[in-house]
Amino acid sequence: MKLLLVYSVRNVWARSCTTALSIGGLALVSLILLAVLMLGNGLNRALIESGSPDNVLLLRKGATTEIASGIYRDQAHVVRMLAGIAQTSGGELLAIPELVVLISLAKSGAETPANVVVRGTQPEAFRLRPQVRLIAGRAWQQGTTEIVIGAQIAKRFLLGGIGSHLRVGKREWLVVGIAEAQGTAFESEICGDVDQLMAAYGRDSYSSLTLRLPDPSAFQRIDDAIGSDTRLLLQVKRERDYYREKSVTMATFIRLLGFTFTLIFAFGAILGGTMTMYGAVASRTREIGMLRALGFHPRQILSVFLLESLMLGAMAGLLAVGAGTALQFVTLSTMNFSTFSELAFRLTLTPASALITMAFALSISMVGGIPPAIRAARLPVTAALHTPGR
Amino acid sequence: MGPSGSGKTTILNLVAGLDRPTQGTIHAAGLTVSQQKEADLARWRARYIGFVFQFYNLIPVLTAAENVELPLLLSKLTRRERFTHVQAALGLVGLSDRIHHYPRQLSGGQEQRVGIARAIVSDPTILLADEPIGNLDRSAAQAIMALLTRLHRELNKTILMVTHDPQAAGYAQEILHFDKGKVD
Repeated sequence: MKLLLVYSVRNVWARSCTTALSIGGLALVSLILLAVLMLGNGLNRALIESGSPDNVLLLRKGATTEIASGIYRDQAHVVRMLAGIAQTSGGELLAIPELVVLISLAKSGAETPANVVVRGTQPEAFRLRPQVRLIAGRAWQQGTTEIVIGAQIAKRFLLGGIGSHLRVGKREWLVVGIAEAQGTAFESEICGDVDQLMAAYGRDSYSSLTLRLPDPSAFQRIDDAIGSDTRLLLQVKRERDYYREKSVTMATFIRLLGFTFTLIFAFGAILGGTMTMYGAVASRTREIGMLRALGFHPRQILSVFLLESLMLGAMAGLLAVGAGTALQFVTLSTMNFSTFSELAFRLTLTPASALITMAFALSISMVGGIPPAIRAARLPVTAALHTPGR
Repeated sequence: MGPSGSGKTTILNLVAGLDRPTQGTIHAAGLTVSQQKEADLARWRARYIGFVFQFYNLIPVLTAAENVELPLLLSKLTRRERFTHVQAALGLVGLSDRIHHYPRQLSGGQEQRVGIARAIVSDPTILLADEPIGNLDRSAAQAIMALLTRLHRELNKTILMVTHDPQAAGYAQEILHFDKGKVD
């Protein structure tokens, strides 16, 4: 039945103008879906993947974000005394206290400033977050007012880059390095010495404490130890869970909005596809009558037209995925509703989202193609043979 | 023969099993056509009936060879066997050199010859020709009638032809005149 396939392919090709318009419509709708999926992937990557499965985040009980949390120095000291925290080869405990504050920074090309996270931490933080990597300059020195800015901050806020100055709290800070973090939220942050930052804000408590576990299974032991110590009114979360919770609201909102639009546009695309295929059936009525007269079964006629619909869908899907590949170079920024800070992320194309888009394009073309294909299969042969036209 | 609306095409449709009679039975090529199921009729048509249409009904996106091959898709022949049959049929109608031409690259007479090659490629017993020269000029019409005569004489095809044209009717061994759905 290769000839019937050839017949379908050439018919699609022969109606190049209507084919192109139908494919364009289907591809646009599929691209909307793909963009929504890529937004979700990008957000996931920026937030969820910011957390490492081996890291544990300690926050004050009841606090939902680092900004709203507070851990006193003596509490941090007690935690550091607990067994079950990973150490560096040099014997340094991987338990990093951090202070997180928000500052308002002028954004390049925008009229209103945006909030940016400044994270006071220790140089060992690079060991906790191996995805963070210096791409220019150097790390800050402890006890100084030096800072390292995330790559997205360098692109959108501090265009002067290394050597530029920034006022944070009561102090003037010098940018000494730029870091990237594989598209995670750390690229939208500024990092410096935790003690200097606390002094700049006159704070006497940290925001959080991040621990590295020797292995993920040690979580329960740490959780039990902290939970049973009445001096520590702290909650223990896997770092990845913490970031996942932060992403839920935003990702759900974007997905809901995106899928609603996709659904509405999909109806339009289905109608467009249906009209195209009805047009194809109308212009080939006599052809269909002839094939039936020769002995072709209605089911074979149905398959021919469904195949043509699916070809339109496949081409549209491929076009959408192709356009999605180009969209990967787009970086967007949004308000992180958990921290009210600017979060930049890249649209991310994954094999799963490409497959979903292809399946979606094929499905809507199939749904649109079914009524005309049924009509073609059910045409009365003798009437079809005497229809004017082709 | 008969005027428009006299039932000429209807009789072809009835013989082919494309239409059902309201009364009586139809026997053709060893089958009681009027009592068969649609699926059986389709198989029977593919084997025993060849159609020649007034407007050729060639598929414009397929070449002459591919158009002729269409009825063979319903057989169990291999691709190579089908191609052999197609070459033979197109050779018989004198179009061996137009095998890869598309319908738009052929004259009206050549298109009808491709239509006839398609009708005979599966070696049917009966050819049903509905105004086969109704769309052709005089010389092309004569060539087509000569070809149909040859198919009847050399390949023993039974040809049931509907026509308005008395000259075309002159090629027939038996002529039935239709008027208002009845044989005169």
